[in-house]
Amino acid sequence: MAWDRISKSSSRLRHPPEMASYEAARRSFTWAEARSALDGLPAGRGLNIAHEAVDRHAVGSRGRRIALRWLGKDGSRRELDYDKLAALSNRFANVLRELGVGKGDTVFSLLGRVPALYVAVLGALKNGSVFCPLFSAFGPEPILSRMEIGAAKVLVTTPQLYARKVRSLRAALPGLEHVLLVGGEASEAGCQSLERTLEAAAEDFVIPPTDPEDRALLHFTSGTTGRPKGALHVHEAVVVHTASARFALDLGPDDVYWCTADPGWVTGTSYGIIAPLAIGATLVVDEADFEPERWYRILQDEKVRVWYTAPTAIRMLMKLGADLPRRFDLSALRFAASVGEPLNPEAVVWGREVLGRPFHDTWWQTETGSIMLANFAAADIKPGSMGRPLPGIEAAIVRRREDGGLEVIEEADRDGELALKSGWPSMFRGYLDEEARYRKCFAEGWYLSGDLARRDAEGYFWFLGRADDMIKSAGHLIGPFEVESALMEHPAVAEAGAIGKPDPVAMETVKAFVALMPGVRPSDELRRDILGLARERLGPAVAPREIAFLDDLPKTRSGKIMRRLLKARELGLAEGDTSTLEAGG
Amino acid sequence: MNEAEIKTAVLEVLTQVAPNVDVTTLDPKIAFHDQFEFDSLDFLNFVIALGERSGGEIPEIDYPKLASLHGCIGYFTAREKSTVE
Repeated sequence: MAWDRISKSSSRLRHPPEMASYEAARRSFTWAEARSALDGLPAGRGLNIAHEAVDRHAVGSRGRRIALRWLGKDGSRRELDYDKLAALSNRFANVLRELGVGKGDTVFSLLGRVPALYVAVLGALKNGSVFCPLFSAFGPEPILSRMEIGAAKVLVTTPQLYARKVRSLRAALPGLEHVLLVGGEASEAGCQSLERTLEAAAEDFVIPPTDPEDRALLHFTSGTTGRPKGALHVHEAVVVHTASARFALDLGPDDVYWCTADPGWVTGTSYGIIAPLAIGATLVVDEADFEPERWYRILQDEKVRVWYTAPTAIRMLMKLGADLPRRFDLSALRFAASVGEPLNPEAVVWGREVLGRPFHDTWWQTETGSIMLANFAAADIKPGSMGRPLPGIEAAIVRRREDGGLEVIEEADRDGELALKSGWPSMFRGYLDEEARYRKCFAEGWYLSGDLARRDAEGYFWFLGRADDMIKSAGHLIGPFEVESALMEHPAVAEAGAIGKPDPVAMETVKAFVALMPGVRPSDELRRDILGLARERLGPAVAPREIAFLDDLPKTRSGKIMRRLLKARELGLAEGDTSTLEAGG
Repeated sequence: MNEAEIKTAVLEVLTQVAPNVDVTTLDPKIAFHDQFEFDSLDFLNFVIALGERSGGEIPEIDYPKLASLHGCIGYFTAREKSTVE
């Protein structure tokens, strides 16, 4: 069914939006103008994300504005103003320098939302090092593969996470020279206390010359086959981080802003750290995981004005009903946005009815570095749509031709692949050591997203699904290959295939199909055992939530497992052309 | 069901969702997600499975009460009582 659009002209915006007219902004926008909104390093030394995010705000009385308001799990609070954040990140940059960590070396973090994370990201960027955040709920396997590919030289983590997930990997990571542990003394061999080293470091640091094209951030994303891919971003990405936060999140310097994403994923870095700080806003950071009542209390007590969250969380809040939010005063909230997977129209409308603000869906990927499509503050929302391209971004629906070329579909309402005209500043510059895979993402000057979509006559884009076997679950893109590899480690498993099973809350959840070794009988106990191993190795976000036993998995003649067929069967759909099947299905 | 039976049932459902959890070291008073890797989707699956197991869907508003073993036992003990009375 078609949902009524949410009209903005009649809703009389209380606050003049950062972008008053979408059409006018699209016409007049230039990247040069977006760059001029940033300061650049003093004396023309280049462009560094950390300077834009913190140092340029740590001047005079502005430096005493709150950059970070941290809410601990236990109810504690800690505030860092821009001056303090600049000083601490300077100290971290000095720590790295003294450890002999230089430009282009990779600094990893395996942390939840703790203040040290923000200090580490900004300090690493100041030092010219490449920062790579890992999701703290990852199991040892995703951690190992990512640190190997990313050539981790430094890791910042907690003693608990180190003991549980990293200690056993240390021998396999000879390049990991330094581990800095947050909180207390480091009693672990081969580790140092972050606090002690910070205390010993100097508080002054001059950011060395930084070319806008210097590597800054490394974000991993999974593939359908092979190892995870490390998408590289450069310092110039901050141009789009900043502009897009104004355009798509309506974020200004006087705002209190809360991004609920985990720092281990790209949203948690681009919009959980860099963009809001570059704008000079106050960032609310909650250490705790999703907890409905706590979330409403934070929105109320911290007077959050701009909120960026995810569909899975919104749908969980919806399940709890409208009575709970009505007990809180959410009147400070001015703008709510969502990212991770397409937001269903019910959720958009629920936001307006229950929270007083409709959710504005946005679309982007690890590779794009910043928001590319959005529903905007000053434009009508079409519930269920991902919105329209940001000023400076050209998006199209395309079809790949057999010869490797591309056909741009101009006509409205046709299905195809969502593509972006390449060249925006936050576009990834490569997959680490995987030039061929990088090149495959482009054709005729377009970046091919792998998402299938449709554009309507008014230019709004609508998500249809993935063009490949990638699984979209709770905002994370999960590669089936990584899941299958972990399952194969179980001695009873002969073959494994992982698919995304539709789920009303998470969009999809990972379901695995497993064929057992000859002579092994399926049982509930075995199922638990395999599931337990997968959770242990991968962590709950990546591991399957469900395992089914099959006698054989459907394969092509060349022996490739046909995930699409597994999925079609799961959905009860027609199986399509099975002529290349090994045994006719 | 008495308290011990409730506990056994809850732990069974818990290890169905997260089989890698060592129930022998579980602290009943601490929320599951503060003791081991247990994300919000795990929790949702856990509560839905508890509902199926106990033969009555659990209203969403009661979900937060089921965050720890202690909470689960308290919740189902109270529910048993109210059905008996």
